[in-house]
Amino acid sequence: MAGWLMAGPSLAILAIFLILPFFLAFGLSFTNQRLISPNPTEYVGMRNFESLLGVGTLTLEPLRGENGDLILEDGAPTYPRLRGYTRNNPDYPHLNGMREWISWTWGENRVYVLASDVVFMRALVNTFMFVLIVAPLQGALALGLALLVNQKLKGINAFRAIFFMPVVVSMVVVALLWRFIYDGQNGLLNTLLAFLTFGGFKPVDWLGNTSTAFGAMIAMSIWQAVGFHMVIWLSGLQTIPEHLYEAARIEGASRWQTFVHVTWPGLRNTAVLVLIVITMQAFALFTQVDVMTNGGPIDSTQSLVYQAVQRGYGQQDIAGGSAISVLLFLIVLSISLIQRYLTRERT
Amino acid sequence: MASLSMKSVRKSYGAVEVIKGVDLDIADGEFVVVVGPSGCGKSPLLRMVAGLEEITAGTMEIGGRVVNDLEPKDRGIAMVFQSYALYPHKTVYDNMAFGLHIAKAPKAEVDAKVKKAAEILKLEPYLDRLPKQLSGGQRQRVAIGRAIVRNPEVFLFDEPLSNLDAALRVNTRAEIAKLHRDLGATMIYVTHDQVEAMTLADKIVVLEGGYAQQIGTPMELYHTPANLFVAGFIGSPKMNYIEVTVAEVSADGVKVAAPDIGEALLPIDPDKAAVGDRATLGIRPEDMRHGKTDGITVSGRVELVERLGHETLVEITTTNGLDLKGIIDGTTLISLGDTTDLSFAAASCHLFDSAGKALTRREVPEVVRARRGT
Repeated sequence: MAGWLMAGPSLAILAIFLILPFFLAFGLSFTNQRLISPNPTEYVGMRNFESLLGVGTLTLEPLRGENGDLILEDGAPTYPRLRGYTRNNPDYPHLNGMREWISWTWGENRVYVLASDVVFMRALVNTFMFVLIVAPLQGALALGLALLVNQKLKGINAFRAIFFMPVVVSMVVVALLWRFIYDGQNGLLNTLLAFLTFGGFKPVDWLGNTSTAFGAMIAMSIWQAVGFHMVIWLSGLQTIPEHLYEAARIEGASRWQTFVHVTWPGLRNTAVLVLIVITMQAFALFTQVDVMTNGGPIDSTQSLVYQAVQRGYGQQDIAGGSAISVLLFLIVLSISLIQRYLTRERT
Repeated sequence: MASLSMKSVRKSYGAVEVIKGVDLDIADGEFVVVVGPSGCGKSPLLRMVAGLEEITAGTMEIGGRVVNDLEPKDRGIAMVFQSYALYPHKTVYDNMAFGLHIAKAPKAEVDAKVKKAAEILKLEPYLDRLPKQLSGGQRQRVAIGRAIVRNPEVFLFDEPLSNLDAALRVNTRAEIAKLHRDLGATMIYVTHDQVEAMTLADKIVVLEGGYAQQIGTPMELYHTPANLFVAGFIGSPKMNYIEVTVAEVSADGVKVAAPDIGEALLPIDPDKAAVGDRATLGIRPEDMRHGKTDGITVSGRVELVERLGHETLVEITTTNGLDLKGIIDGTTLISLGDTTDLSFAAASCHLFDSAGKALTRREVPEVVRARRGT
C-alpha cells in the first residue's frame, strides 16, 4: 500500500499525460471533435478513417469524334474532365470528393488513382520512404563508424565524442543550422560544392525544390542520429569476447570472414535493437519538417506526424489528427511485430 | 608434428618486460607444461608461440622454421582457450569445421576430418547442438576438437581446465593425456595448477619473474628443484625452510647447524659450500614423521591439525619461532597445544645456498629418472 502511494505521483502523471491521451486519441478518432466548437461532439464511426484512406481508381477513355477518331490536342489525345466524375456524379458515388493522386497513360486510356485525402497520402508515402531509406543507411553508417572507433588507438575517444556530438544537440537547433547549410544563395553546401568544382556548380535551393527537399531532409536526419546508433553498435561490439577474434585469427580468417562469422553474428541482438529504434524514430518524423519546410514545397516533405499536428492544431480538427495518430500507431505496431518475427531467435 | 625452439625470447609491453629471456627446446611429440604463479608471463609466452602477441626479441622456431613474423595461421599451431572461444551461433559441427570452411576445403574432406575428431572426442551425438546447449566439459572437448581438425604441428592449451569443476577437471585431464598418447603431437600447455603440470607433462617449465626457473621432468622438479622458488612452487603443502649455517664441509657431505635441529650431516655435494655460509635447509612436509623415528628431530607446540582421513597435516612452532608443517599418518592421535616431535631423514633434505640456488643432492630416489607413463 505504502509502495503504491509512493509510486502514486508518477503513476498519476503517466496516466494523465501518456495513458489517457493514448485512449483519448482512439476515442476521438471516431468522432467529429474539434479543438474549439460550439456544437456537441458526435460519434461518426469510421468516417475519419474513410476520408483519410479512401482510394479509388478510374480509367478514362480518350474523347473521340463522331467518326470514332481520337480528338487530338497538340498531338495528344484528350480525355473527359476528371471533375465530371468526382463531383456529384450519381454514377460514381464512391469517387465523390476525391482528387487525383497518381495518373498514367495505359495504351490509349488514362488511369487515375484517386484519393480522398491526397495530402495525407503524400505524408504516408513520404514517411514510408523516409523509414525505408533512413533505417538501412543510418544503421549501416552507424555500424561502420562503430567499427572505426572500436579500435585501440590514441585519442579514439575524441572521435567517439565528435561523432556523438550531433545527438546531444536538439533536433530543432540542428534543423535550423542545416537550413543555413542548405540555403539556396550562400548556403555552406552550395559554397562548398562551388569551391570543389571551381565554380562550376550552380547553386541549388535544396529545401525550396520539390526534387531535392526531401532528400536533403533525409541526409540531415541520418547525420544527426548516426552517432547515437554508433554508440549502441559500439556497446554491442564490446560484448564480443576477444578470444573469438583470436580463435578466428588462428584459423586464418580474413578481416571480412571475421566480420561475417564472428562480429556480425555477435551483433544480432544489437542489430534488432538498432533497427527497431531507427524505425520508430523515423516514423516519428516531425521536427525537421516543422522547422525546415512546413511540409513544402508542394507537400513534398509532408509526414504523418506533421499532418497529425497540422490537422489537430493548425486546422483544429482534433478528430482528424487523432485518426492519423491511430493509423500511425497501428502501422508502427505491425511493423514492430513483423520485425520481431523476422529477427526472432531460431532454435 | 614438429619440434619447437625458443632462443632468448623476450616480451615487453611498453617499458614493462614480462618475459626476460626464455630458452626452451621442445622435442617432436613432447608434452610441455608451462607452470607458474599468476602474472609470471606464461600466457604471453604461449601467445607468442601462437602468434597472437608479437615477439619483442629472440627467435622462435617451429619445425626448424623461424616463425617470428608469420601469421598465426601459417605457424602450424592450434590453440585451445580457457574460455573455449567457441562461436556461440555455430553448431558444434560448424565450430569444428570453421577453419577448413574458410580455407574453402572440399566438403567431403571437411566432413571426414570433423567426423574423425568428433569420434576421438566422443562428440558425435552433439554435432548439431549449439555451444550453449553443452556442458562445460563438452564445450572444452569441442574446443579441442576444433584444434584437432586443424591437424596442427603443435597444440597450444591456455589453462584449458580452469573453467571446469573439480571432478570434470580430473576427467578432462585424463582425456587430454590420452589424446596426447593417441595423436603423438607436440603440445604446450599453460597452467597455474601444479597437479596438472605433474600429471600431464613430459617436461615442465617453471616460469617466474620472466625467466624459466627450471626445465625438467616432473620428478626432477620434485626431487631436485634447482632453487628455492621451484622447491616452494612444486609440492603441496609447500616445502619447509629452516635457516642454517654450514658447520663443516667434508667428503661425506655438508654438516649444517641451526638452533632447532642442532647439527646434522646432509648427503649434499660439498663443492659449493664453505664453512660459515648461511644456507636454507628444505624439507617437504610429506618427508616428516611423527616422533623421533628419523635422523633429525624438531620439537614444538602443535598449532594446526587438519585431518584428511588417510593423512593428517600438522603444523608445529618451535620455541625459536620456527614453523614446520608435516604430513603424518592419519591415525596418529595428536591435539592442538600438545608438544610433539617431528623428525626427518638427512637424505630427504634439500640445501640451498644464500642466493637460493640448490646444492646437488647425492641421494636422490630412483624415481627421479621416471618418465611420464613409466
